[in-house]
Amino acid sequence: MEHYFNIFMFYLLINNLVFSMYLGLCVFFGASKKIDIAIGMSITFTAVMVVSAALIWLIYYFVMQPLGVTFLAIIVFITIIASFVQTAETIMRKISPVIYYKLGIYLALITANCIILAVPLLNVVEGYTFTESMMLALGAGAGFSLALLIMSSIREKLELANIPKPFQGLPIAFIVTGLIALGFLGFAGMITL
Amino acid sequence: MFKNGIWGENPVFRLALSLCPAVAVTTTVKNGLLMGVSVLFVLVMVNITISLLKPFIHPKARFPIFMFTIATWVTVIDLILSAYARGVYAEIGLYIQLIVTYAIVFSRAELVASKHKVIPSAIDGLSMGIGFTFALVLISFIREILGKGAIFGIPFAESSPFLLMLLPAGGFFIVGLLMALLNWIDIRFLGKTPISGGGH
Repeated sequence: MEHYFNIFMFYLLINNLVFSMYLGLCVFFGASKKIDIAIGMSITFTAVMVVSAALIWLIYYFVMQPLGVTFLAIIVFITIIASFVQTAETIMRKISPVIYYKLGIYLALITANCIILAVPLLNVVEGYTFTESMMLALGAGAGFSLALLIMSSIREKLELANIPKPFQGLPIAFIVTGLIALGFLGFAGMITL
Repeated sequence: MFKNGIWGENPVFRLALSLCPAVAVTTTVKNGLLMGVSVLFVLVMVNITISLLKPFIHPKARFPIFMFTIATWVTVIDLILSAYARGVYAEIGLYIQLIVTYAIVFSRAELVASKHKVIPSAIDGLSMGIGFTFALVLISFIREILGKGAIFGIPFAESSPFLLMLLPAGGFFIVGLLMALLNWIDIRFLGKTPISGGGH
């Protein structure tokens, strides 16, 4: 039990996918301008991460490895993620239009996103079991949500600040991210896997 | 058209596309250069393939086809690098595989290759790839000097003078400062208001 909790905490705080592996930066900078958008984005991303990691784990170990086609990993993984996202979008539109209009717009952004693809690739590199890889996906999703929430609350304050002209927009966002990453450095070494 | 990718629409500093590798792999010039060249290879090959196949692609089915094309060429470069550059591949392998999701490749296929002939598409891919490589080499050059006290892997200082630059935070600082510098040059000397990067 402790081992699984350690994996979760490792990807939530110590090896945060945004601050120490630099993944998902496009969405991180694009969707952190308002806090409610950030919340919708976090929920959608975490859900897609966990489900696609589960699907990919099953297909990788029960179909691709017996057939000896693991070198096709990139093509197969991206296809699974894209088709899962498409299916989810269609089902959501039919069953619950309210949620679709709240979260559906983010689904389009997810298909081609590095943080979603990175989770199954990391699972394969680390050779995790099914439960372990679920913990990695949950930790990564929670870590991404945490990063988005911190960033969007800071950026709402930044709107009111008097920023020098060349720094407006992305440059200041990068520097703020650097400072948060510096803070997250304090967690380094807390858990070693 | 060729100059466009390097200054006017530099993928990293201006379009703010594919930022992840720009911060992740740029701790040494060698890694930055290899990453840049891999992206350049994928960009050129994808642009050529898409513009050749253009007559056969139904407009409604173009996204899956683009994705398969990109994934195939990324697999090619991934297998080549894992065979011939093992040392570097161990460090940046994950980011090489993730080229498949880089918005820069997809957006060039959609904006340029699906509308133009083979030669202009290839030139656009080359220009964007060189702009990307240039940005990566510039960032990694600064980080290697400050963080490792070395130029192109040759050390000139006894110990690492400014370790922070090698850490995750340092990468964010350098990219932010370089973007601000480019904006400042635009405002001060060219009299333009900077284009605010879209993000994705």
